[in-house]
Amino acid sequence: MNMVMNGLRPIDILLVEDSADEAELTMQALSEGRVRNRVHWVEDGEEAMAFLRREGRHAAAPRPDLVLLDLRLPRMSGQEVLLEIKQNPQWKRIPVVIMTSSDDEKDILSAYDRHANCYVTKPVDLDKFLEAVRSIEDFWLTIVRLPAA
Amino acid sequence: MPEFSPSPPVEILLVEDSRDDADLMVEALNEGTLAHRVTVVEDGEQAMDYLRRRGAYADSPTPHLILLDLHLPRKNGHEVLTELKQDSLLRRIPVVILTSSDNEKAILGAYELHANCCVSKPADQEQFAQAVRRIESFWLQVARRARWQ
Repeated sequence: MNMVMNGLRPIDILLVEDSADEAELTMQALSEGRVRNRVHWVEDGEEAMAFLRREGRHAAAPRPDLVLLDLRLPRMSGQEVLLEIKQNPQWKRIPVVIMTSSDDEKDILSAYDRHANCYVTKPVDLDKFLEAVRSIEDFWLTIVRLPAA
Repeated sequence: MPEFSPSPPVEILLVEDSRDDADLMVEALNEGTLAHRVTVVEDGEQAMDYLRRRGAYADSPTPHLILLDLHLPRKNGHEVLTELKQDSLLRRIPVVILTSSDNEKAILGAYELHANCCVSKPADQEQFAQAVRRIESFWLQVARRARWQ
């Protein structure tokens, strides 16, 4: 199977998640995946924008190959971050996977309307949560051909 | 994992001009466990007629997933993608680009036009079939669908 960038450098994932517990679980599941990756964790929407803009402590931040974005975030919501990414000519091609506990059909519609690449609901059950992250890792890092830049 | 209702069957639209590739993909989908119906159209014009329910396609259902080749006669994959992702309703359908091309520019272009993801067609038949099944299981069983009808 063709894996983009395999071996050349790790895949940079921007994880935007305000819950430390869920961020740790996500990072754990991603570190067990087959494809080498580096997770950059930020806790709110403004921090995510600072990372993308390489502001402040993110001056040396890489361009993420993939964004995992929670919707319910302090300061700036996930939907706002999504809009900023998908309206910006520099960033719009970065795949954004929404990972949220929200099951609300309105959130799902609104995310796809704003060109989210994909929407996944985080299960409450621990094992199922890990399984969902593994499914995302398996699909987006091994099957999908990510944009090269 | 989101709950998945088996009936009515999941509708998949496959836009592929190569008969061999289309046959292989339909067969791979049929080996999966998910109740589905695949419609194959051979060029971009037919794909848009199907999605807009024109002519012979007046009664066509809205697909839950579109598998789109980039190199198509009459109207190419990039043009189909542009029309779909500019449409306020059709943009909610996940579009997976399948390409045999190693042309980075074509892939970047597809992400620019808001393709949900791009997948390379492996040359090996068994790997190709496996990729198709993994696309199906991720998009129809892990990712959430936008429901608007």
